Amino acid sequence: MKFTEEHEWLRVEDDVVVVGITAHASEQLGDVVFIELPEAGTEVTKDEEVCVIESVKAASDILAPIDGEITEVNEALVDEPGKVNEDPTGDAWFFKIKAADPSQMDDYMDEAAYNDFIG
Amino acid sequence: MGELLRTPLFDLHAELGAKMVPFAGYKMPVQYPLGVMKEHLHTRAGAGLFDVSHMGQVILRGDSYAAVAAAFETLVPMDVLGLDEGRQRYGLFTNDAGGIDDDLMFANRGDHLFVVVNAACKEGDIVRMKAVLEPNVTVEVIEDRALIALQGPAAETALARLNPSVAEMSFMDVATVDLNGSECWVSRSGYTGEDGYEISVPATEAEALARALLVMEEVEGIGLGARDSLRLEGGLCLYGNDIDTSTSPIEAALTWAIQKVRRPGGDRAGGFPGASRIFGDFAEGVARKRVGLAPQGRAPMRAGTPLFAAEEGGDPIGEVTSGGFGPTLGGPVAMGYVGSSQAAVGTEVFGEVRGKRLPVTVAKMPLVPSNFKR
Repeated sequence: MKFTEEHEWLRVEDDVVVVGITAHASEQLGDVVFIELPEAGTEVTKDEEVCVIESVKAASDILAPIDGEITEVNEALVDEPGKVNEDPTGDAWFFKIKAADPSQMDDYMDEAAYNDFIG
Repeated sequence: MGELLRTPLFDLHAELGAKMVPFAGYKMPVQYPLGVMKEHLHTRAGAGLFDVSHMGQVILRGDSYAAVAAAFETLVPMDVLGLDEGRQRYGLFTNDAGGIDDDLMFANRGDHLFVVVNAACKEGDIVRMKAVLEPNVTVEVIEDRALIALQGPAAETALARLNPSVAEMSFMDVATVDLNGSECWVSRSGYTGEDGYEISVPATEAEALARALLVMEEVEGIGLGARDSLRLEGGLCLYGNDIDTSTSPIEAALTWAIQKVRRPGGDRAGGFPGASRIFGDFAEGVARKRVGLAPQGRAPMRAGTPLFAAEEGGDPIGEVTSGGFGPTLGGPVAMGYVGSSQAAVGTEVFGEVRGKRLPVTVAKMPLVPSNFKR
């Protein structure tokens, strides 16, 4: 698994990258109450805002970590946004993206580096 | 900005694992480990303990209650003289333009008037009271007492264990009650839409009282985060968001707080700051009105969201002044101002969220029915 400074995790599964937010991020956000997902088939570029996540406290954006095409989104989160707090790195993935340039993954941290990053 | 102040319960908050944030010059608990959502739901199901010691507590004394009340009526458009001993009332400090400078609670405690004001406004409120009321009325700022709110359907059961007499109090009653060996000034009131009590307790004894309540099965510590969502569901105004120096009580849908005796035609009509504008609003109506708002989708509509009459085109007709997620409703909840022609319950308007206009229904306040012990 790789990690971004935006507190997203990225897991390579076959030819797609699964994206979610870290346990640290979900704790900081507090109870998640609303999620707006992109549409499958959308072409996105790195750092583009692709999801909105709202907690009891505030709204924040989720950025596309890499260039590519969104192949699948986790519709279950729309009805149960609280899953993001319960199982952030498992059931509560946000979307899958087919990487246009897999070398963009090299920029991101491994778990040890991410744990150092969040202190 | 100077050093943040601490309430007498600061160490207890730290021990309970609270996340502390700056609020109105104080370091206050925004949430405990339970989290905002569960704290909110717990308060509606059991009892929540809130530290509201940052609020201002003031005692006004004069030759008699009537003398103090008559003087205080020059500052607020409420019936203070007619308030029975042992009773509390919601009030507003109005300004010369007919806007609201703060909202407050005041109680007839026999030989004096007890006033509780918002933390963020208390300095100005004290200056105002001293300027207008002294020397005939003394303005005593209470610095050596904490203020604790115990709110929720189990509040009576919990507090009655410390003194059964509190169960006999009705909504807005006030009494001096011994709790845990401390002389407390208790009112049956709060700001969550639930039954409950607000308890003024000597600062040095506040932590012991809070602990005596927190050990009870029904009671959990609740932070400012849940206090905000509870009062929002309860249709209660947050000063600075939903009411401010420019909103008249009529626009703010607080007309109920102005008793008939102070309204046009009443025996003591007027005689408070801004009476001419407020009486104009009574006679001619207002252009905008505070309303409850129920977003039809799931997206929260936060403070500042502009509101429109139609899905496309046109200028804003108002804006959301408080909004977020209502845990009891299980969906978004908001309040805000719309034009009077859009203020009828059931009217559909649109809130613009991230560039999209989303439907929102004008709803009867409070959105979650209140549970007071009348």
